[in-house]
Amino acid sequence: MSDATPTPTATPERPQLPAQSPPVDPAETAVASDKASSGGKLSWWRGDGGDGAKRNLGLIGVLAALIVVGAVTKPDLYGDPNWVWNNVLAILQLASVVGVVTVGMTFVIIGGGIDLSVGAIVALAGVWCTTVATQSYGAGGMIFTALVVGICVGLVNGVLISYGRLVPFIATLAMLVAARGLAASISNKQTQVSSSTFINDIAARKVIGIPILVYILGAVVLAGWVVLNRTTFGRRTIAVGGNPEAARLAGINVRRHTMLLYALSGLCCGIAAIMLTSQATSAQAAMANLYELDAIAAAIIGGTLLSGGRGTIVGSLLGVIIFATITNLFAINGLSIEAQNMVKGGIIVAAVLVQQFQFKSVTRLLARNRVTTAT
Amino acid sequence: MALPEDDPATASAEAVAEAPLVEAPADTVAGEVVLRLTDLVKTFPGVRALDGVQLEVRAGEVHCLLGQNGAGKSTLIKVLAGVHQPDSGLVEWRGEPTTFANPQAAMKAGIATIYQELDLVEDLSVAENAFLGHEYRRFGFVRRGRMARHTRQILSRLGHGEIPPGRMVRSLPAAGKQIVSMARALSHEARLIIMDEPSAVLAHDEVGNLFRIIRELTAQGIAVIYISHRLEEIREIGDRVTVLKDGRTTAANLPARDTPTRDLVSRMTGRTIEYVFPDRPADDPAGADLLQVEGLTREGEFADVSLNVRAGEIVGIAGLVGSGRSELLETIYGARLPEAGTVRMDGKVLRPGVGAAVRAGMGMAPEERKSQALLLGEPIYRNVTLATFGRYARLGFTNAAKERAEADRIAETLELRPRDVDRPVRTLSGGNQQKVVVGRWLLGGTKLLLLDEPTRGVDVGARAELYQVIRALAAQGVGVLLVSSEVPEVLGLADRVLVMREGRVVREAAAGELDENTVLDLVMAGSLMEGAPA
Repeated sequence: MSDATPTPTATPERPQLPAQSPPVDPAETAVASDKASSGGKLSWWRGDGGDGAKRNLGLIGVLAALIVVGAVTKPDLYGDPNWVWNNVLAILQLASVVGVVTVGMTFVIIGGGIDLSVGAIVALAGVWCTTVATQSYGAGGMIFTALVVGICVGLVNGVLISYGRLVPFIATLAMLVAARGLAASISNKQTQVSSSTFINDIAARKVIGIPILVYILGAVVLAGWVVLNRTTFGRRTIAVGGNPEAARLAGINVRRHTMLLYALSGLCCGIAAIMLTSQATSAQAAMANLYELDAIAAAIIGGTLLSGGRGTIVGSLLGVIIFATITNLFAINGLSIEAQNMVKGGIIVAAVLVQQFQFKSVTRLLARNRVTTAT
Repeated sequence: MALPEDDPATASAEAVAEAPLVEAPADTVAGEVVLRLTDLVKTFPGVRALDGVQLEVRAGEVHCLLGQNGAGKSTLIKVLAGVHQPDSGLVEWRGEPTTFANPQAAMKAGIATIYQELDLVEDLSVAENAFLGHEYRRFGFVRRGRMARHTRQILSRLGHGEIPPGRMVRSLPAAGKQIVSMARALSHEARLIIMDEPSAVLAHDEVGNLFRIIRELTAQGIAVIYISHRLEEIREIGDRVTVLKDGRTTAANLPARDTPTRDLVSRMTGRTIEYVFPDRPADDPAGADLLQVEGLTREGEFADVSLNVRAGEIVGIAGLVGSGRSELLETIYGARLPEAGTVRMDGKVLRPGVGAAVRAGMGMAPEERKSQALLLGEPIYRNVTLATFGRYARLGFTNAAKERAEADRIAETLELRPRDVDRPVRTLSGGNQQKVVVGRWLLGGTKLLLLDEPTRGVDVGARAELYQVIRALAAQGVGVLLVSSEVPEVLGLADRVLVMREGRVVREAAAGELDENTVLDLVMAGSLMEGAPA
């Protein structure tokens, strides 16, 4: 900050304007934050979104309802606390890979885009990191390869979209096809077995009774939350998605930021590729099939606005967990995957309907308020 | 586009006499009052767009609407076209009290509207556009042949038989699109045709053709409401004039040919509300050149514009919408790339891009507040710090407490209401939203503020406050470049004024040397006093 501008010499009848860029006054800041925290608004953990918390409460309600359904249909299983704990872990483990992808997807959607290529990037990164050549560098080399492949493919998406001005839908659709094609040609359509015990142990091991995959999901979600709510990157994401023109005229480099969002999504895909490879102890070009749909659906259910500018990481996480719980519920009741998919479809539609209803009623309310204040 | 004299599709003189341009409804009575508006009021959040409009339109007349930008003409048209519904007041259509619930209802009643921004679908053909929404059809299939035939008929009567009905509208020049718009209006059985600045996109000879068409329409007993900024057009084609000012009718049914220009202009400008402008400082406060613009050009927008703004000086640009002023501002700000010319800040040539302009100390409050400047759903403080949040951040982590404190300080000095910086910007009135946009640039070292229509949609009280803020900023040494279509605002606030017309600066003078009538004459192509000493 510079305080080069001269101090104002405003005449009395003019409003006293602040000197521009005043030197930081620690006392003032302290007072302000005191005031704010006494109002409970500045707790560190609290998101700034405001009404996002309310939506997430609704999602927790849905989750609770699903658990009740499970308890009613299988009372004998739910009577056993040991089983319940293991089932919770199973659900979280089921959610972990898609959850990591969804965090990246949430950023892209909040930033006003969409990434249809996530499943394909996971497959490409998984295949690339399990080639014989890569595996010869050991687990470190494999992880490095998966992450770099993810970021690079994401960057290609980002460059095409922000500098090549392709519509995100088209660019990532093309990448979906191309990346899977490349994965198939690298793997020669074979399943590549991972011989790294380190990699394979990630999915097999537990630490303090909790699978490592769940820790990874937790770490990625936490990092995503911090980045979205506490960093300039997150703030730019919301600005770029909420009103790109306003962001541009405020001096934000919208193109570069858009590009970085896709790279971030690619990075999440790279992480997911390692997790999935570890789960299967192998990789193949057909892995992570339709992950893009699961991730987009989870983000939408979690309250992320498809048009951008609004969304929460916690909501997306809840969306993923709700999906995993449904799958789990159908599995323990021995129902078919087909029935499961129909229910999932219904839930997506219901979630969006609820979202629109809320949005409309809120705007109507605001419109009424504005008219009354204007007159 | 030339008149197609030899086009076989163009009817001969006799044929025109036989086949009128449009069939006016059979029960048309010449001279009958078709439309009467009494005390029409329409309020938008923060603005009273219409505040008691009276209007009387007779069959077979050309009724001109005159008024400055923001006088309420566009809103009035939209009420008549059924786009907006009035809050109160009476609309009488052919003697019956009516409200048009939607555009279809207005069209059905016989009101056709040709908007200023042509509302054509670019990727449909001429015929499809002309009959959009009321296609000829049979068993659900569009009768393309019949539509094309009828369109060709209308076009040739309009003197433009050379436009093929099958042509995509996208490929037509502006004047051609205007003709298609008009053909659409004529494809309805219209009793009243509203034309919003139809001549704005036309070349001089095209205007003659437009007038010929209008005369044919009125001869059929069709009423025309004609809106234009060009006084000489109104004198040529108009029968009666109604003048709007601040949403009110200030004069009704003046004879278009005989009313002195001075009368018309004074009724357009006559202040019903005195804006209070802050005093200019007694001594010249302006310092060194802050902004130097030389020969800036963008094809079709503005040409060869040179200007400078000194520290502590307010420079105003007066001009109509479409005179290139907003484009000029955005180009200076780096949001558009110039084709020629340079922009210097503090003597250094700016690199292209908004980022460089902001780093050099520029800030802009764009014309369209909501779509260009604000994140409506986000809290006030985040909007205030949208350009500066990076400066309060440490290692990429934002400092929300500091941001809130800074935004709170801005809210206090700008007397933002309500003061709660956590409220979403959406809930603020227009004036307070504008304060948020201006307040954004009070944080962190802005040396030059570009203001595009800073008081559009802002109520009177908030205006005065904004004027004070802008003057106080200048007193601090900030340079201000202000664009406004409201001439009194430019004259009252700025130290120096540039008048723009059709992309060129036509006059530059100290604000004290110009008066409103002179500037109005300069910005309107009428130019009765062009070149005369002010």
